Formats: sequence, C-alpha cells, structure tokens
Amino acid sequence: MKALILLYRSPQTRVGLILLTFVILVALAAPLLAPFSPVDVDPTARLLPPLSRVLVSSTHSGASAAHAETALHLLGTDSVGRDVLSRLIYGSRLSLTVGFLAVLISAVFGSLVGCLSGYWGGWVEALSAWLIDVQLSFPFLLLAIFLLGALGGGTLAVVLVLALGTWVNYARIVRAQVLSIKNQGYIEAAHATGAGTLRVLFIHILPNTLSPICVVGSFSMALAILTEAGLSFLGVGLDPSTPSWGTMLNDGRDYLLTAWWIATVPGIAIGVTVLGVTLFGEGLRELLDPRGVR
Amino acid sequence: MSTAAALLSARGITVTYHRRSLLPLGARERPVQALRSVDLDIFPGETLALVGESGSGKSTLARVLVRTITPTAGTVAFRGSDITGIGGGALRGLRRHFQMVFQDPFSSLNPRLSVGSAIAEPLLVHGLARGRALHERVGECLKMVGLDSSVAARRPHEFSGGQRQRICIARAIACQPDFIVADEALSALDTSLQGQIIDLFQDLKERFALTYLFISHDLSVVRQISDRVAVMYLGQVVELAPTEALYANPKHPYTLALLAAVPVPDPAFERARVYTPLRGEPPSPANPPSGCPFHTRCPRAVERCRSEPPALREAAPGRWVACHLAD
Amino acid sequence: MSPSILDVEGRAASPTILDVEGLSIAFGRPGHGKQVVTDVSFKVERGEALGIVGESGSGKTLTMLSLLRLLPRGAEARAVRASFDGRDLFNLSPAALLEIRGREMAVVFQDPLTALNPVLTVGRQITEVIRRHFRSSAADAQRRAVELLASVGIPDPNLRLRQYPHEFSGGMRQRVTIAMALAGEPRLLIADEPTTALDVTVQAEIVSLIQRLQREKGLTVIWVTHDLALLARIADRVLVMYAGRVVEDAPAAKLFANPRHPYARTLLGSIRQDAPRRNRTTPIPLTAADTGAVGCPFAPRCAEASEQCRSVAPVLKVYGGDTRAACWALDDGSARGAGSLDDGSAQGTGS
Repeated sequence: MKALILLYRSPQTRVGLILLTFVILVALAAPLLAPFSPVDVDPTARLLPPLSRVLVSSTHSGASAAHAETALHLLGTDSVGRDVLSRLIYGSRLSLTVGFLAVLISAVFGSLVGCLSGYWGGWVEALSAWLIDVQLSFPFLLLAIFLLGALGGGTLAVVLVLALGTWVNYARIVRAQVLSIKNQGYIEAAHATGAGTLRVLFIHILPNTLSPICVVGSFSMALAILTEAGLSFLGVGLDPSTPSWGTMLNDGRDYLLTAWWIATVPGIAIGVTVLGVTLFGEGLRELLDPRGVR
Repeated sequence: MSTAAALLSARGITVTYHRRSLLPLGARERPVQALRSVDLDIFPGETLALVGESGSGKSTLARVLVRTITPTAGTVAFRGSDITGIGGGALRGLRRHFQMVFQDPFSSLNPRLSVGSAIAEPLLVHGLARGRALHERVGECLKMVGLDSSVAARRPHEFSGGQRQRICIARAIACQPDFIVADEALSALDTSLQGQIIDLFQDLKERFALTYLFISHDLSVVRQISDRVAVMYLGQVVELAPTEALYANPKHPYTLALLAAVPVPDPAFERARVYTPLRGEPPSPANPPSGCPFHTRCPRAVERCRSEPPALREAAPGRWVACHLAD
Repeated sequence: MSPSILDVEGRAASPTILDVEGLSIAFGRPGHGKQVVTDVSFKVERGEALGIVGESGSGKTLTMLSLLRLLPRGAEARAVRASFDGRDLFNLSPAALLEIRGREMAVVFQDPLTALNPVLTVGRQITEVIRRHFRSSAADAQRRAVELLASVGIPDPNLRLRQYPHEFSGGMRQRVTIAMALAGEPRLLIADEPTTALDVTVQAEIVSLIQRLQREKGLTVIWVTHDLALLARIADRVLVMYAGRVVEDAPAAKLFANPRHPYARTLLGSIRQDAPRRNRTTPIPLTAADTGAVGCPFAPRCAEASEQCRSVAPVLKVYGGDTRAACWALDDGSARGAGSLDDGSAQGTGS
C-alpha cells in the first residue's frame, strides 16, 4: 500500500516498523518457534542459566541411555523449570494482545466521549468532565488492584482495567481538537449544506482528530504493556502460570542476583517492543498529518 | 414593503446573545444585540449587497436568512411561506435552496477530503445523485467554475487561494440552489484575482438565474456586482437603495462617511479633497448608544437623534433611509 | 527635502534617505534554495511618501524586513547597495544596527493584536522604547509616553497608559503601535499594511493620522499595501512589485493616469470605480506568481507576452525621466498605451 511505502521512508519509522513486525511475527509463529512448552514444569531443571543443556526425559518408553537426547535452554529456565525462551515467545502474544486491545477499547471509548462532549457541550460536556475528574483523582494502581480483585483477574479483566486507566487521555485531547475544529469554516459549510450531525461528526470532525489519537495510541500501547507487566509484578494481574512478560518479571523478582535472566530477558523484550511501538506511532502521526494543516 | 414577489423576506429580526456566566451569582452580563428589528426583502434574480463594518450584524443577518441561526424574534419567509420555526427534516430540505460561500478559502474546505468529495457533499446530503451520476455532476461543477474535472481527486492544499474559492463556489452550485450568500467571499483574495471571481459570480448568476446576497466591507467591489445595497450599522439597516443611486446620492450620514473613507484611485482628486475622518470608533453591540445608534459619531446629530431611534422609511421610491434628517 | 537638512554626522545631507540597489533575497542554500526577491532597486527621498504595492508573494514585506535585518531564519539577503542616510545597512555591526532599528527606522506592522505584548501595559511598552533609545529617567519616559499617546489621538492618555492592549479597540491599538514606532523619533517610518485589518472608517482615520504626523515631523514614510487605491490618497511615488521584482516605479499621478506595465494596468483595471459593471475580461491562468521564473514572471498572465518575455527577464528602463518599468513590450511601443503620448518618448535608455 502507498501508506506503508511512505512509512518506510523515514529512518526512525523504519526501525519501529521492523521491530514491531519482528515481535508480531514471533507472536504469530509462537508454536513453531518455541522449543519447549511454556507451561510444563520440570523440577529437575530449575534455575538453569542460559545455554544449559538438559537430558530430555523419555517418560513412557524404556529407551536405552545410549539414545538420550539433549535439549538446549537458550535462555535458561525459571524457578519451576520452565524454559525462559519459550515463555518469552508465548508471552509476546499475551502482551501484544493485551496492549492492543486495551488501546483499542480505550481509544474508541475515550475518543467518542471527547468528540461528543466537545461537539455538544452542555450537559454532555459537564458530565464527561466530571467523570474524567473523578477518574483522574483516583490513583490508578489502587483502582486497578481493587477492580482486579473484584473481577477476579484474568486476561479480559486486565484489558478492561488498562482501558479504564487510559481512556481519559483520549477524551481530553479529542475534546480539545473538536473544540478547535468546530470553528473551522468547513464545519459551518457542512451545516449550511444541510449535513446532519452524524455526517458532520464522522466525516468531517473525527478524521481530523486522528492525528493526535495516533500519537496517544502509540504511547498508550507502550504504557499498557508496561502497566500489565506492573500489575502482574504486583501479583494482581494475570495468573502466574500464564506466560506473559509481566508474570515473568514477577517470577524473576526474587532471583535478580542469582538467576538474573528470568527477569532481565522479558524486561529487554518489553523495552524493545515499546521502542518499536513508539517509533512507529511517530511515523504514523507524521503520515496522517495532512500537509498544510498544523 | 410589498412581499408579494420577494424570494426571501425578513421582518422584525432581532438576535440577542446572552453571555453565559458560570455562576448564577454576581451582576448579570449585559446581552449583546447583534440585530435589532431588521426588515429586509430579497427579490428573485437580484444581487443585494450588505455593507457594514464590524459589529454591524451583516453576517448574522445573512445567517438568519439561511436559517443557520435562529432569530430571537421576528420571522423569515421563503417564497411566502414562513420558515422561521422549522427544523429537522424540513429545514434540511430547505437547505437545498440556500448555499453559502465563505470568506476564507483555506478553512472552508475539509483538508482530509478530496475536493470532489467536498463538492459532492450537498448532492449526497440531499440524495440528489449517486455513483456515476454523482461523479459526472462533480465534474460539471468543476468545469463551470473554470477548473478541469480531473482535479476532483486532489486535496485542497494542492490548490491556490483563488482556486480554492472556485471550488467552494462549485460546491455551492452543485445542488442548483436558488439563493447564494457570499460572505466576504472576495476579501481573502488578491485584488487582481477578485475580478475573475466577480466575473464568475456574474456568469453563474446569468446561467442559473441565481439570487445573491453579497456581504462585503469593500465598497468598490460592491459597486461592481450589486443591484441594490443595504448599509448596516450596529445591528440595523440604515439605508437601502439601488446601487448607482446610493453611490451618486447617499442620504444617510453613515453612508456618506463610508463612501468618503474609501480612497478613489485618482491622486489629483484625493489631494484636492479635504477628508475629515469620522469621530470615534464603531461602538460595541454590547453597549449601544441611545436613540439613533449613529448619533455619537454623526456630524449632523441633533437633540432628537439622541433620544428617538429613527425608523427605516421610504424617502423616495425604492430608497429607504433611517435618519431623522432625511425626513 | 530642504538642502539644509543635516545628517547624523552634521554634514549637509543628500536628498536621498534610502538607496537600495540590486537587493535579492533567497531562502535556503545558494543554488538550491528559492529566490523570493530579485534585483530590487529604488530610492526614497527625504520627506517623501513612497508606496509599495503588490499582492501576496510579491516580496514587498520581505524587502522591508531585510532592510532592518529582520528576515526569518533561513533567508539571506544580498544587495549591491542598501544605504540608509549614507550608512550601509548590510554591513553594520550589531550595536550599530540596534541604534538604527527603532531610533532611525521604525516599523508599524499589520496586526496590532500580535504586535503588542498582551501581558504588559501599553505605557510600559512605550516607555521601554523611549528608555532604550534615550536613556531617560522613568518619569521623563512616562511624560513622553503621555505626549505620544496624545499626539496619535488617544483621548485620556494618562489613564490609557496603565491599560492593557486588550482593553483597546483595533483602531486604538494601531494608534498605540504608531506611538511606539514614533517613540524613537525615527526619520523613516515603514508602515506594512497598517490598516488592512481595520474597518474602512477606522482605516481612513489611521491614514489621516500618519499623514498628519508625517507633515508635522518631516518623516519619510514607506507604505506597503496591497490596496492600490489607498496609495492614491497617500503616496507621492508608487513602486509596483510582482513576484519579487519591481515592475514599475512612477510618481503616483503618472501611475494612476497611465500605468505602463501590464500588471499595473491589470491592478488599476480591477479597482476602477468608474466602471459600474464588470466587462468580461480575458481569462487569466490561475497559477500563482513564480518568483523563480526564468523569464518575466507575469508572462503567464500577460496578454502581450512574447517569446522574449518568457525566456528573458525584463530589466527596468527609464521612461519619461521619472518612471521606470520592466517590460519588453514597452520598448517597441507594441504595448497598448505605452507612454507615447504624454511625455513624448516611448524609448528606453539608449534608444
């Protein structure tokens, strides 16, 4: 597509695109790439450093010792013997999904609220302003912990909580945009032609707010991944056995000095992904900015 | 005024804005009267110019006529039927007959839409054409304003100011309206381009039997294009006359002052003339003077002007003036 | 224009206060950038009112800014000569430049709203100028500021001094900027579209004001505007610019009576009020003026353009002693009304 070619032009976007594509491909091809199962525990192979070899136990057959196979743990194993690399690979799926879904839900909801409150003003605006203020006055982490406790955890709950934390940003920015767009001549022209509210909102106003939404979106995705990691780190996010980068961080917390790879590796993965998303988001924003406007 | 033949008719139009204060406490903000009981008729096939400075209410009046603003009081009639209170679907259907061209060609077009989409909008909104027919109509409109139909896919930022204004005009004629309001449509264009756009307006008027309401502060442009001129001051019409009669023999002191303020491109004439500028500044509509709104700056004001607002009266056939001294 | 005027160094001054020759302005690196003003030359006599008329893209504002060395970043100006009162403007030390700006040459800009600092009182802004240039005490500066406000027609100046710009109307604000410009007691005032943003009647007042001040103080004024008709009222001489070049330079009376350059004729034609109804004019292509054009920049719009016009840029030639115009069609008299009647000569220099 012409858009992708344009995106490729800028060096920083190119890097972002490459990083992101890499992570997405890894996530998609997880079953093919992971050498081990991400959830199988192996108490005999606990806390092995990277590049350790283990004997593959043939549990059911009576194979002779001469045919013993070895498998390589490229990035070592964690506290219960699970392969770190495999968990990392599978973890990408979860982190990306959670991050993307959280951004999607919060962007759609937040932008709609911002758009309507900016366009209609009046009680709609007052109500949403109040909601935003209430939300902002709550420390997010406390809110998250409380809600996750109440909802009982799980992926969907985490996504919803993350979405809840960030919709406010979209609402405020979109509202500000809408207020300034409302006064542009082409909006009055559309009204004078007889265009209805829906048309004005979705064809004229919203597309012109896409640029800041993209910026916020890309930063939010990065933030969502980090926050999920944080929540899991605190123990209120996903189930500890689920392979996600956040739970891996959580696992590795106690072993930072002894088995540093358990926490460091997912940390690096998060950093790389966040970098990719941010760079890509910048490029996307530049692309969406119609030339001659702002 | 006989309304029998009028295309658009306004009676007693008053528009008052109340400034909202956040708290119900404290002194009530003074309301701003943008228009004070204005009567106006626009006849089919004519070009009526609305002339005035900032605060005169000319833009507000135009918007009341096309019903994008609802007047606080008064009635508007289109072809004899009252359209003041209509809303919703009926209003939308009505919009087909009125179109507007705005001052700033740069912000009147959605930067994200192609110009073809912009022109197609009125057609889509009113369900007048679809698919291929729509595409053809857009091409026709572009040709009528002097642009090539192949540019329909381009975005506004690829065009110059004069071209963008042409695109706005193409959008205005797309659904074959009866009445077009040009709100300072020439002000943002270079002088040498204004002539082309004026020609375009005339051309389209003749071809499609349009009626224009031409708002401008530029009196020399107004003279070239209009049949009648209405001069507004602080929310009221102070003089209304056929163009040449107005320029040759203005009756209201404000009209005189306006015409005197416009430089004439003849240095000898300008050197010879002694110009005394008007005292004071255009007053703010939030704080209007008593009686005749112009009396604070009028060189001929008398006691009566301070206390009694003059009514718009027909001083001669077709010549309306709101001034005690013209009676 | 009296010969007994002395210049800064006390010598008998020449009648020319501003002499510009071969001024060119370009953005970007030489060879790669965009030329926006090409080879502009003009002289301004002491006490004269010079009008510069041109549309958007004509380079008139940039030309003025370059004289004060106020060009935006990335723009570079070069000139064969740019001297103000005998001093070379392009080779001044920064300190000398600060001496001239505001003190000898002052500018009034178009938009009074942005020319005034909204968070400082008007009095503060005027006294700032006075104290910068005259090292006066605060009290003296205050008194002078009150005088200035009164001289520009602001009633109740003592009260107004303490007010903020937003408390003034548009016309009043422009008077304040004029007062600020005059605070340095300059010899040359550059007014860059000072009335474009104002109502017609207010515009007339401001114009009258500047004319009066010009007479009282013997100021030299350069009016930059897109409104040619306005110059009929105020200018002694008119410079017509198009696409970054001077296309005609004539005394006002001669320009309005008999414009030579086709563009000047077009401009004049579009503002004539004695034609109440527009006649169908020849359609002009809609392209914007090309400042980097190889030939005459007006050629795409000119009914009389020839091959020579399109390939070689015309140079300014003198016609009738006091008029200059840059148009190939004038030389051979093939242009309609090419000055052959009133001054007896259609020849350029050297013919």
